[in-house]
Amino acid sequence: MNTDHHVILRVIAKMLIPVITMFAFYVQFHGDFGPGGGFQAGVIIAVAVILYALVFGVPAAMRAVPPVFTRSLAAVGVMIYAGVGFWAMLQGGHYLEYQALFHEPPGEHHGQHIGILGIELGVLCGVSGAMLTIFYAFAGRVAEIRDEDW
Amino acid sequence: MIDAILNAAPAWALSHAAPLLIMVPLFLAPLLALVPTGRIAWIISIAATGISFLFALILLGLVQTSPIGVVSYEVGRWPVPLGIELRVDALNAMILLIVTTIGLLSSIFSWPTVVAEIPKQKRALFYSAFLVCFAGLNGVAITGDAFNLFVFLEISSISTYVLVALGSGRDRRALPAAFNYLIMGTIGASFYIIGIGFLYAATGTLNMHDISTHLPELAGHRSVQAGFAFILVGLGLKAAMWPLHQWLPNAYSYSPSFVTMFLSATATKVALYALIRFLFTVFRPDYGFEISAFSAILMPLGIAAMVVCSFQAVFQTDVRRILAYSSVAQVGYMILGVSIGTTAGLSAGLFHLVNHAMMKGALFMAVAGVVLTYQGTTIRDFAGLGRSAPWTMTAFAIAALSLIGVPLTAGFQSKLQLGFALFDQGLWWAVGLVVFSSFLAVIYMGRVLEAVFFQPPVNPRKARKEAPILLLIPLWVLALANLYFGIAADFPLGLARDAAAAAFGVEAFR
Repeated sequence: MNTDHHVILRVIAKMLIPVITMFAFYVQFHGDFGPGGGFQAGVIIAVAVILYALVFGVPAAMRAVPPVFTRSLAAVGVMIYAGVGFWAMLQGGHYLEYQALFHEPPGEHHGQHIGILGIELGVLCGVSGAMLTIFYAFAGRVAEIRDEDW
Repeated sequence: MIDAILNAAPAWALSHAAPLLIMVPLFLAPLLALVPTGRIAWIISIAATGISFLFALILLGLVQTSPIGVVSYEVGRWPVPLGIELRVDALNAMILLIVTTIGLLSSIFSWPTVVAEIPKQKRALFYSAFLVCFAGLNGVAITGDAFNLFVFLEISSISTYVLVALGSGRDRRALPAAFNYLIMGTIGASFYIIGIGFLYAATGTLNMHDISTHLPELAGHRSVQAGFAFILVGLGLKAAMWPLHQWLPNAYSYSPSFVTMFLSATATKVALYALIRFLFTVFRPDYGFEISAFSAILMPLGIAAMVVCSFQAVFQTDVRRILAYSSVAQVGYMILGVSIGTTAGLSAGLFHLVNHAMMKGALFMAVAGVVLTYQGTTIRDFAGLGRSAPWTMTAFAIAALSLIGVPLTAGFQSKLQLGFALFDQGLWWAVGLVVFSSFLAVIYMGRVLEAVFFQPPVNPRKARKEAPILLLIPLWVLALANLYFGIAADFPLGLARDAAAAAFGVEAFR
């Protein structure tokens, strides 16, 4: 007989994690014209992985989403954000001037739309990467000094 | 030289110098978190700080040639009181030049000490944190938006806590020092942001220039005065104003020697700049509450810092702690200069700020060389080093004389200016205390110099062992700058005078 008394937790978590991730993307793509955006979506994605780590253990989560990946994701997020600013500058505008992205006349807002989406994507990567890195740093920490060594 | 750079620079560099100066290091910092080895990270960090240095020179040139003496940049082309403005005048052009120069020199010299003190797998991340800190400090200096200043202050502070804590490989006491700094720094930043909240409530704007135009009609407004008090304490904590300096000696003694050198020459300077910006540009020195703050708070605290902390430095046995306490004392000189409340006083304070960056940079760089080759920082470890490492120690001695204020060094010039400014206001007793505190500097630096040059080495078998050449070159650049600007002080003094004039809103260019 299976002695695993966490079976309900495991089944429910497996059902919930895709839904949570989907909801994160809903929040993400809702962010350019309503409440929501990259920060909230990044936290929600991180929550999906943290739930996985809580139920299936931190080593399993680290195999699925390795710490190197989360750290790189945070760095890439910052670079996407800054890169949108540089892109606007290369197009002849000021730093982070969305209107300059596609050389549009005033009144057309394609650049504004793409610009804020790019920024939100950077925030999504940065926040989810940083959240998971912090979580791994705390959860995966092994005591460097034993108590009796003090 | 600045004219040549202005002529050679392409048009995009001239019009986008302000955002590029902070965004190039801020963009390269996350890249450094991805590169595999520390050596590549080191080279990229030299490139990033070098590019920022060039943009700082361009900005200085633009400010000096501009008819109104201000370079303004609207981020995202949002019009000024709404959007974030990067606003550079003679005051922050000078600070940017100091921070980027020290950043460039310190990243050149950093490699040998980083190899010795930082574990291999953390080196690239270490440089990443350094570039974030560098960009944050420049951001504080460049922004014209009070809230944006808070954001950059936190960017630089949080990366500084990481950098200080990385000293734990050499000395575990770096961890409590970093934690202590984190708590104090966070309190300082919170006080600052509370003050900004009060100002925002009273004026409805966050742009510093815009706040300053709204403040005269709010004379006697309680929330403006409360905001002033919070900002003074918050930034005073960051600038290590006595008695809010308790975080500094430990943070400077236990962090990696490269970090100590970089922070001592930049971090407190930038916080002091922010304080000066608020005291003179946002608030005006002729507001009643500010006059009383000058005479009842800043002047006594500045004098207490330079006397008490010089005394404390005399009784230290660790050279890095001596220099750390001396840093607090030197902040006292700057605050004393600021608290006179005149253009001459402010320019003397700023002049001392420039010189202090040069001399403390050189001193801590020489100490880094000793840590590297002899693994010790107590005065006993320094005994006899004058014979075994003459180049390192001669540069150390030059910077030490400059710290004392011996004629023909930069430190003398700025103390002279401070004395003139004090005499102008009839504060002869304060001049006496400046001289007294300089005598204390003779004692505490003299103890080190005596050990270095006149005592036999503790371990006579130690062969002649100089610091590596990568360290000696930036060290001697700073040491010679101390001598050069001690004889021909026109350049830094001119910068400081322009800066003081800009802070007062007077157009007094050379």
